Amino acid sequence: MYLPTEYPWAEDESLGQYLERRGVSRRDFLTFCGSMATMLGLGELATPRIARALQAQKRPTVIWLSLQECTGCVESVLRTAEPTIGDVVLDVVSLDYQHNIMAAAGHQAEAALQDSIAKNKGEYLLVVTGSIPLADDGIYTTIGGRTAKTILEEAGKGAKAVIAIGACAHWGNIQAARPNPTGAVGVSEVVKDRPVVNIAGCPPIGDVVTATIVHFLTFNRLPALDYDGRPLFAYGARIHDQCPRRANFDAGQFVEEFDDEAARKGWCLYHVGCKGPATYSPCPIFLWNTRTSWPIGAGHPCLGCTERNFWDAMTPFYGRLPNVAGFGVERYADTLGAALAIGATAGVAAHAIATGVHQVRERRKLPVVETPTKGEGGSHGQH
Amino acid sequence: MASTKVVVDPITRIEGHLRIEAQADNGRITNAWASSTQFRGIEIIMQGRDPRDAWAFTQRICGVCTVVHAVASCRAVEDALDITIPANANIIRNLIHGMQFVQDHVIHFYHLHALDWVDVVSALSASPADTAAIARQISPWPNNSETYFREVQNRVKTFVGSGQLGIFTNGYWGHTAYKLPPAVNLLAVAHYLEALDWQRDVIRLHTIFGGKNPHPNFLVGGMASAINLEDTATINAERLTDIHDMIQRAQRFVEQVYWPDLVAIAGFYKDWAAIGGGTGNYLACGEFPETDVRDLDSLYLPRGIVLNKDLSKVVPYDQEKVKEYISSSWYEYSKGDDAGLHPYEGETKAKYAGPPTPWTYLQGEKKYSWMKAPRYDGRPMEVGPLARMLVAYTAGHKDVREMVTAALGKLGVGPAALFSTLGRTAARGIETVLLARRLPVWYDKLVERIKSGDVRTFDNSKWDPAKWPAKAQGYGYLDAPRGALGHWVQIEDQKISRYQCVVPSTWNCSPRDGQGVPGPYEAALVDHHPLVDPERPIEILRTIHSFDPCMACGVHVLDATGREVTSVRVQ
Repeated sequence: MYLPTEYPWAEDESLGQYLERRGVSRRDFLTFCGSMATMLGLGELATPRIARALQAQKRPTVIWLSLQECTGCVESVLRTAEPTIGDVVLDVVSLDYQHNIMAAAGHQAEAALQDSIAKNKGEYLLVVTGSIPLADDGIYTTIGGRTAKTILEEAGKGAKAVIAIGACAHWGNIQAARPNPTGAVGVSEVVKDRPVVNIAGCPPIGDVVTATIVHFLTFNRLPALDYDGRPLFAYGARIHDQCPRRANFDAGQFVEEFDDEAARKGWCLYHVGCKGPATYSPCPIFLWNTRTSWPIGAGHPCLGCTERNFWDAMTPFYGRLPNVAGFGVERYADTLGAALAIGATAGVAAHAIATGVHQVRERRKLPVVETPTKGEGGSHGQH
Repeated sequence: MASTKVVVDPITRIEGHLRIEAQADNGRITNAWASSTQFRGIEIIMQGRDPRDAWAFTQRICGVCTVVHAVASCRAVEDALDITIPANANIIRNLIHGMQFVQDHVIHFYHLHALDWVDVVSALSASPADTAAIARQISPWPNNSETYFREVQNRVKTFVGSGQLGIFTNGYWGHTAYKLPPAVNLLAVAHYLEALDWQRDVIRLHTIFGGKNPHPNFLVGGMASAINLEDTATINAERLTDIHDMIQRAQRFVEQVYWPDLVAIAGFYKDWAAIGGGTGNYLACGEFPETDVRDLDSLYLPRGIVLNKDLSKVVPYDQEKVKEYISSSWYEYSKGDDAGLHPYEGETKAKYAGPPTPWTYLQGEKKYSWMKAPRYDGRPMEVGPLARMLVAYTAGHKDVREMVTAALGKLGVGPAALFSTLGRTAARGIETVLLARRLPVWYDKLVERIKSGDVRTFDNSKWDPAKWPAKAQGYGYLDAPRGALGHWVQIEDQKISRYQCVVPSTWNCSPRDGQGVPGPYEAALVDHHPLVDPERPIEILRTIHSFDPCMACGVHVLDATGREVTSVRVQ
């Protein structure tokens, strides 16, 4: 499903003029820039810079490809926290897609796409939702008779940068879960010579997409990324370290089975399978659906959906983390459980240290990749 | 005169990817083929998994009707393991699913279907005063002033003036098939925009109980959202109040905007009450258990089948009579292409047998789709709002009979008008009104139960796999916004050994079976179906959209398209 823009952004108009025409007040605009500054981790002082840059911004060219997906990511993006201005940014995306693809009205879609790629070569931002099935010559996803792989390769060549939205575009997601019958992969497996930002999650929070696009418009480059191509402003911290139930974890207060007395007190879900200790995601800070709640806030353990291969690495979903293959380092959390039996105070200290050590190790092992600016080419895809 | 071959690929304003081919003679469609061109293989991925995780996997089949596969999956596993969920959990699932219906149907009407009937460009020449007068006549909705409609019109003018029509590009504006006066077109355009904000608000009910939307969390055995009025991290009075208000806003929009608009627009398209009927068999598996999912008498929307448009009796539904065929589908069965397999024996083995890409035509190919062909007792079945309303109507359902009778009266048509493209769209509206009215009933029930001291939301008795039998199998039914859905699970040694889904769009988008009998889309397109201008096949879009296709929900199917792109290839 696709929800359209109602306000087109004219080609020769700056964003400032465009917003004014849309009836967006200066105050609303600055509020939006302020929340974006905070979300991007730049602090309130960056607000005027974002505002200035956004205001002068000319309409960027964005092409949006939907490949092998369930449309959940598009739905999520449409439910961002700032309806008014969030939409503005979305309008930019969808409008350009419409503009570029549909300018050739009455022509075949692929011909229209090719026109746009040729016309805006090297300048456009490519947005992709969905994975790319490579098995059997790509016959499992064809659009207009051409494979998803061919279409993406072609669109990727002329892109200034690529934003891969959601777990499917990130690494293949459920299609790539064992045994991956269609040979599905993420965007960075196909587009290897361009910077690719992975907006992780199944689906991601729409606001992260909005903030990433704002970052691109403001600074003319993509935000800093972690080892897996995820923007640090959103995926720089573990759920476990930002969780409002962390105090319960530290105090040894655990839900042992769903709907027990502990669950009714909102205690920690680690024992019923929460993957928060192994998951880097902004859920507890940004929250979902205009900041209404988030999975742990509604009493269900985190599934770890912002992490690669979570369908295999994080399952069984209700298994406790140390029993999950590939996360041996999380034994620290388990050790803590034992420590708590001895004394809560000692436990808090042990855990604080363990967490710090874990983070440092992770960061050393997996260096942060700075996104190349225009003209430098990119190497992210190889990571 | 030779037949004109028409290819519409992709069909836009749907979820997912769908290709329609047709032949037309003298302004009539004489033959049609529906094909889905992607394969996904989720049933294969499910094998060997923990059955308690199945809801999360199947939920990812679709991000639009994002709760239906999760709930059907929980029900299938709960059936296999003989788990009865607490009454509160059943009510919470009804609230979540009910809100999914209401939100999804409204979005379908305004954002996916309306442009088949509403000419956006014509709204520019409307008199806002006329629109306001019409609006006030049909509804007490507050945004009914002339000023308001003028403002909307000005926005659209800027829009069109910019030369960039965005989503409206490639519309068949000015086509003779558009019948609405400009003032009504403007009314619909205004509400098209209002519905965008409305949907973002009311769906938050999912976030409160399930943590997020799309893809809220569910739990085999009940719901994970614990209730405790005395805590800040649980379902408490503050959360309940938010839900209460959301339900009110949902109902108000449905009663004061969606339904009056639908009736007003339908009045101009009565000819479509004799077009696009098709298969004539309607299947509803039933939905919204008031007590427990096993208590079929407690279903708010009843289960059953209407055969051959016969509204005198409801034929009982028995899941054992469901079989899937692959005579026209790109699969192979170990028993050969002509076998029909019940889902408990189901196989999913892809075997592409189409022409090399790029395709010119698929018509003429023996196999032409990734959709299997489900049949009930050998017959194709239409599923969805129309099927549910017809079964309920025939069964004497009081609320449905009242609404259907009133709607038919308003339009001045008889019950036979229901078997049509317009009937499908009207049935969706009727159902939305009834479910929007049902939400507060469920809400009150939940509050009453909490008041009485029952806060249970989860049954723990079979959570531990050690308590499961060595072998078990279960059937989870659920009537989703787009129609009857079934999940069949088999569990061996605590793991899933087989998982099969037969989903609404597989029923409706079914290709021909071994006897050459077409599926519901295909049959509807040749039922008194006009196609005035093969270059601008708006009639095909009307009928296909009246089913609300959701191709990613075809499980065996990948959603893989720029659904925003209308590429109509006429050969």
